[in-house]
Amino acid sequence: MSWAGDVSSLVDFFSTVLRLSTPIVFAALGGVLAERAGVFNVSLEGCILGGAFGAATGAYLLGTPVGGLVFGILFAAAIGCVLAGLAVGLGINQLVTGIAINILVLGLTSYLARLILGADATSTLPGFAPVAIPLLSSIPLIGPVLFNQDPLAYLMYLAVPLSYWFLYRTPWGLNVRAIGDYPVAADTVGVSVPGVRAICVITSCVLGGLGGCYLVLCQVFVFTENMSAGKGWIALAAVILGRWNPALVFVACIFFAFSEALQLRLQFNNPDVPYQLFSMVPFLASFVALVAFAGRVRPPAAIGTKYVRGGK
Amino acid sequence: MTAQGLRLEKISKTFGDFKALDGVDMTVPRGTVHAILGENGAGKTTLMNILYGLYQPDGGRILIDGAPQRITSPRRAMELGIGMIHQHLMLVETLTVVENVVLGLPGQGMRLSLAEHARKLEALAKSFGFDIDPHQEVWKLPMGMRQRVEILKVLYRDANLIILDEPTSVLAPSEVEGFLEGLRRLRAAGKTIIFISHKLDEVAAVADRVTVLRRGTVSADLAVAGTPPSEMARMMVGRDVVLTTLEKTSPTSDEVLVRIRDLKARDNRGNQALKGVSFDIRAGEILGVAGVDGNGQAELAEALTGLRQAEGGTVELSGEDVSAAGVYERRHRLGISFVPEDRHGTGLVLDLPVYQNAMIRDFRESPFSSGPMLRAASARKVAEDWVKRYDVRLQSVDQAIRFLSGGNQQKLIFAREVECRPRLLVIMQPCKGLDVGAIEAVHRTVLAERERGTAILYISTELEHILSVCDRVAVMCAGRITGIIAPEEATPERIGALIGGLEEEKVA
Repeated sequence: MSWAGDVSSLVDFFSTVLRLSTPIVFAALGGVLAERAGVFNVSLEGCILGGAFGAATGAYLLGTPVGGLVFGILFAAAIGCVLAGLAVGLGINQLVTGIAINILVLGLTSYLARLILGADATSTLPGFAPVAIPLLSSIPLIGPVLFNQDPLAYLMYLAVPLSYWFLYRTPWGLNVRAIGDYPVAADTVGVSVPGVRAICVITSCVLGGLGGCYLVLCQVFVFTENMSAGKGWIALAAVILGRWNPALVFVACIFFAFSEALQLRLQFNNPDVPYQLFSMVPFLASFVALVAFAGRVRPPAAIGTKYVRGGK
Repeated sequence: MTAQGLRLEKISKTFGDFKALDGVDMTVPRGTVHAILGENGAGKTTLMNILYGLYQPDGGRILIDGAPQRITSPRRAMELGIGMIHQHLMLVETLTVVENVVLGLPGQGMRLSLAEHARKLEALAKSFGFDIDPHQEVWKLPMGMRQRVEILKVLYRDANLIILDEPTSVLAPSEVEGFLEGLRRLRAAGKTIIFISHKLDEVAAVADRVTVLRRGTVSADLAVAGTPPSEMARMMVGRDVVLTTLEKTSPTSDEVLVRIRDLKARDNRGNQALKGVSFDIRAGEILGVAGVDGNGQAELAEALTGLRQAEGGTVELSGEDVSAAGVYERRHRLGISFVPEDRHGTGLVLDLPVYQNAMIRDFRESPFSSGPMLRAASARKVAEDWVKRYDVRLQSVDQAIRFLSGGNQQKLIFAREVECRPRLLVIMQPCKGLDVGAIEAVHRTVLAERERGTAILYISTELEHILSVCDRVAVMCAGRITGIIAPEEATPERIGALIGGLEEEKVA
């Protein structure tokens, strides 16, 4: 194999990693935000699916990818409002609520997709085209992988440092971190615990929804039933592996995407080995990683509990 | 009447049918320390929550510097210069000192300028003689230091009226004097302080005036100078209480019931928390364990009751080595009873009714069950009998125990742990958060158990309680017993040296 062939194969491989990681990164950042505020967002899977459905509907009805993006965000925000209303407002168990939402969204999107997209479900939808960034994109290897991407991938690049900056460098981020650990301390200095939590949950779902938008508008350009395919759950694992820190969570997402890309490559190169063996790789990797690195994790202390003023 | 300061007029607050506050009047001039005394449930905390805007009064008015004010929220209270330091510290332990201080501070814009706030905070701390590192994470600080962070938090918000709810309940005895000194400094700087307590000596040491609350009304309002503490205690509970020395006979037996040798254990973080502890307890003897919280007392109690695996050493009960016994065997066959420190988490199941909490220790045995079936009716009867004999005040034994006051919850735990006729009774911080009346009830129960011939291990950070009930006092420091002495020999200097880790030989 020639040197040029090697590079193009590497570019191909790392592009796959990035492509696979983008939806997980969005969802995992959403997970960080909600969990840092003390709310489990188990519904990330549903948010990705809902975002994907919204994106497909918007792109189909309005004929533009931007329309798709707007619909995707709105649909995910609606899911966020339901989760916030039930889990934060009414104080219903966060895990049960999240799982119920996942099941609801799975059924609802499948049904609505048939109703709205109908016979056009398999036709290609308008999507975002890659935009090469001048100069940067001509760097060998790095350029084509990182800087010849679609707008949502660039948004993902921004979202990671932005989440970090928000959590650690703004007073609002301080409120979020305090509420996730010891909400009563925030309440007694006049920070609204339900308010902050609701905003975090809705934003979290919108971030998950962006992951779904990416799937439809930048990757496959169609909506299929249950197309989130477990990405929301992997994002939740990445949140734990990355210790609720946006930068580390990003690394964890890349790790998961890397093992997924690796198994695809192995499948492709070894057609005589049953492909099911390789399909296990990412899950084995996540097991090993969680066991090896997550032994001493300390989640936000108040996570999963509803906040009641004056409660014992 | 001068207008400067705080004035409450006819404040009332009702929860359901319960009158928590009924026409409370109080005046606190600026620059004074005002104590509020009262038993648990007297309405102290309700009154302070009204002042801090957490509750709205049903009647009456609040005047600050002569102007009537409606305090609708904690934020409004802060704007009026009222700061509150809650009994349970409102600090996020994973955040740094300055982050805790800045949390929720209005007018910060969108940039968190920690460095600048840290500088201002340090200057403020220095002006009150507090020495603190603004970038230290709170969980690394001792309790006394954390409390200073709380005080700095309200000072940083320009509070002029500072409310402290049971401030010394979280402090080690050695930290209390420093805390009281801090209050005097705040008063000297012109701050007004309201100080809720049921510890009479602290009130006597620092307060200018005291308001005594009883069942939601003011039962006395007087100057502290010239009022003996026993007088305050009487007004608080409405009858005379035994304050210090309790009547007791000398130990009845020379039989060594419990023999602990070289007991070792690790804490949850894997540190060596017990570094070889040895002692004996005779039948009918109370051995006190004094020391600053976190020096291995909790691990000692857990290692004795079987909740924590010992790493080495032996536990003997009447000559039998029981080191290998599990929790169930220790509690039932060997007769070890345990009154844990954490009433809510370990001692009780808060949402279960009183009678089920009463049977939770021995529910597999008669009269609580027969064969595989629980017997609710006879459990209720037993619980009702205990409630009567131990003076637990409640509406019904079917009530969730959550709704009982701390003192009544503790009385029920004691009934449960004592009525099974144990041989060894391990008690950990039994009087935490209890008022004078309940403390007295607890100590009477402990002494009655001693009369019965039980060996008792009484672990507490309240030196005064230990000295008044125990036959001998063991002092723990850093996982070792630094000395065992008789209460009569326990001078403050001697105990202080032992608590500080100087072993007996070195003291003498």
